[in-house]
Amino acid sequence: MDMTVAKKKLGLKERYAVMTRGLDWTPSYQKMEDIYPYIAYEGIKIHDWDKWEDPFRLTMDAYWKYQAEKERKLYSVLDAYTQNNGHLNVTDARYLNTVKLFLSGISPLEYVAHRGFAHAGRQFPGPGPRVACLMQSVDEIRHAQTQVHAVSNYNKYYNGMHDFHHAHDRVWFLSVPKSFFDDAITAGPFEFMVSIGFSFEYVLTNLLFVPFVSGAAYNGDMAAMTFGFSAQSDEARHMTLGLEVIKFILEQDPDNVPIVQRWIDKWTWRGYRVLTLVAMMMDYMLPKRTMSWKESWEIYFEENGGALFKDLARYGITMPKCAEHIALEKDHLSHQAWSTFYNYGAASNFHTWMPDEDEMAWLSSKYPNSFDKHYRPRYEFWREQAAKGNRFYNKTLPMLCQTCQIPMIFTEPGDPTKICYREVDYKNEKYHFCSDHCKEIFEHEPEKYVQAWLPVHQIYQGNCFPEGTDPTVEGFDPLAAVLKYYHLEHGRDNLDFEGSEDQKNFAEWRGQATKNV
Amino acid sequence: MSTVFLALQTNEETRPIIEAILQDNPGAVVDEQPAMVKINADGRLVVRRETIEEITGRDYDLQELQVNMITMSGNLDQTDDEITLFWKA
Amino acid sequence: MAVAAVTKYEFAPADTQDKFHGAQLLYIGWEDHLLFCAPFAFPFPPTMRFGDIIAGVLPGAFGYHPDFAKIDWSQTYWFKSGKPWTPDFDKSLAENGLKHKDVIRFHTPGLHGIKGSCS
Repeated sequence: MDMTVAKKKLGLKERYAVMTRGLDWTPSYQKMEDIYPYIAYEGIKIHDWDKWEDPFRLTMDAYWKYQAEKERKLYSVLDAYTQNNGHLNVTDARYLNTVKLFLSGISPLEYVAHRGFAHAGRQFPGPGPRVACLMQSVDEIRHAQTQVHAVSNYNKYYNGMHDFHHAHDRVWFLSVPKSFFDDAITAGPFEFMVSIGFSFEYVLTNLLFVPFVSGAAYNGDMAAMTFGFSAQSDEARHMTLGLEVIKFILEQDPDNVPIVQRWIDKWTWRGYRVLTLVAMMMDYMLPKRTMSWKESWEIYFEENGGALFKDLARYGITMPKCAEHIALEKDHLSHQAWSTFYNYGAASNFHTWMPDEDEMAWLSSKYPNSFDKHYRPRYEFWREQAAKGNRFYNKTLPMLCQTCQIPMIFTEPGDPTKICYREVDYKNEKYHFCSDHCKEIFEHEPEKYVQAWLPVHQIYQGNCFPEGTDPTVEGFDPLAAVLKYYHLEHGRDNLDFEGSEDQKNFAEWRGQATKNV
Repeated sequence: MSTVFLALQTNEETRPIIEAILQDNPGAVVDEQPAMVKINADGRLVVRRETIEEITGRDYDLQELQVNMITMSGNLDQTDDEITLFWKA
Repeated sequence: MAVAAVTKYEFAPADTQDKFHGAQLLYIGWEDHLLFCAPFAFPFPPTMRFGDIIAGVLPGAFGYHPDFAKIDWSQTYWFKSGKPWTPDFDKSLAENGLKHKDVIRFHTPGLHGIKGSCS
């Protein structure tokens, strides 16, 4: 008997061609430069947009189908987790501060990424990258929404997340991720693609998501784990887009190479500085650690990034020069960052604490060259003082780097005992930097960075108090006014984890969940 | 050659896919992490539709992998029959 | 170099001295004392006596550190923008040549932080 074999109407390659290039047309009564006004000014030369092809060959019809499936999976897990009071199953309540940091620091960036890819996609004359940018733009808003949704359940029980978006636009340390993305979306469409699509998504995203998601899995946070995995399943496609865009631009014209190299240098450094927050999360904020920041840097940047730049060498692209500097910081970054948040624990939207003896032993074993020598004495002193009721809260505002906006906490490359100071005079004004890289980024585009909204300077200018505040009245408490402006409640949202409402509530609720009372 | 890798969620859907990948890539090494399986290979890794179909006994569309993928490294090329990850240098 | 832009790209710097209500910014760092994670930023009137900063402001900022009480201010040496510099404690910031957003740091001989760890 003859069997009729069902044959697909079109193969993947043909379907992709029909559903991308096949939907495009050449305008007849408008000029291309009027339709795509931002495509030339960055100096990138593109001769044939059709040379760009999505290696996954994903078309919009298939996109909706798989995204819907991801959403169904996500919400079935979220619902089960919530119905089961899953929040009481996390390792300990300190873990929740990771969620607060992520929600206020990262989720708003997902939304900005959505806007950025919508804008970049609109500007590209090629249908291939345009469709890929559209998908990524929709992905990013999905990430923002599902993250907010997942974390909203924690917000019912724990402090500091109640007004995360308000915080993102105001709280001192959140200006670091915010200004990073503002820098990217105010660049041209090609620089945006290299900054976010390539440098952040391809080179650095594994360092953000993989430790965060496996950290969530390790610490019993099924909600964050499941939104993390759901987002990460899009991430593989974003990484591919990032890499394809770079290869496409480089193949189009040799004049593009030095421009792209400068962007890679700039954005690898900018992204790495933002990851300071992740380094500290991995080494200090996860009660059950997955791997150290240093190990994760070695696997995902040195090994994996090394392979990537070796592959790109045929275009004349080299490893970003900041990689050498970063290698010198990997023994110090997380410790310097956590010390900073311990200093300014009265002004943040999450709790801080000193590692206990076991955690110090873990840190010593993971950082044999630096921890005991440089950081343990500091921590032991702080711990002794806290035990005496003299917990250190630094109330004097720090000096910030003009480019990355992080306090000037980083030490000289190769000398962890000396703060690294760099400065530039530009048009009769002084500007300060944490590193040679941040200084060079400023020097290349000073007009951009002189506008930086530096939280410390804004506070001193009187711009960070609630409306109607009179800072000249007797006994004015600037920190209290700034916290009000942040919508944070002193004694509830900030300060040490030890003695916090979160700590007390979690212990009580967990007790109720496991005993008959 | 540098290492390419593919990381998938640990779940029932990916179990036969991982089996197929290991069958088709004799040099590949599995690295099991919390909730995630990472498959490393030297220079090149292939995911073949037919092998997955033989193991699962049903039709498989390689684009379904989108749902369970976590991360990857290397250049990628996807057709109806194969997903290939590779480095050129 | 300059920003690549589609049109004229000129904006006023955000932190010029006129925006600080009569104050100028001064950054102060204490060498070998990283217990304070970064140098401090202060708004001071240019007429403020330098010695008043030492006596009136620094104890509030650095006083938590056990080394602070041991400082012999006649023995400290100073840097401005990384170069050796000698302040006159009886003169004002302006008379000492300190301008808006200058950075100074001081080194305290014999004092190197908690257990000599530069913390």
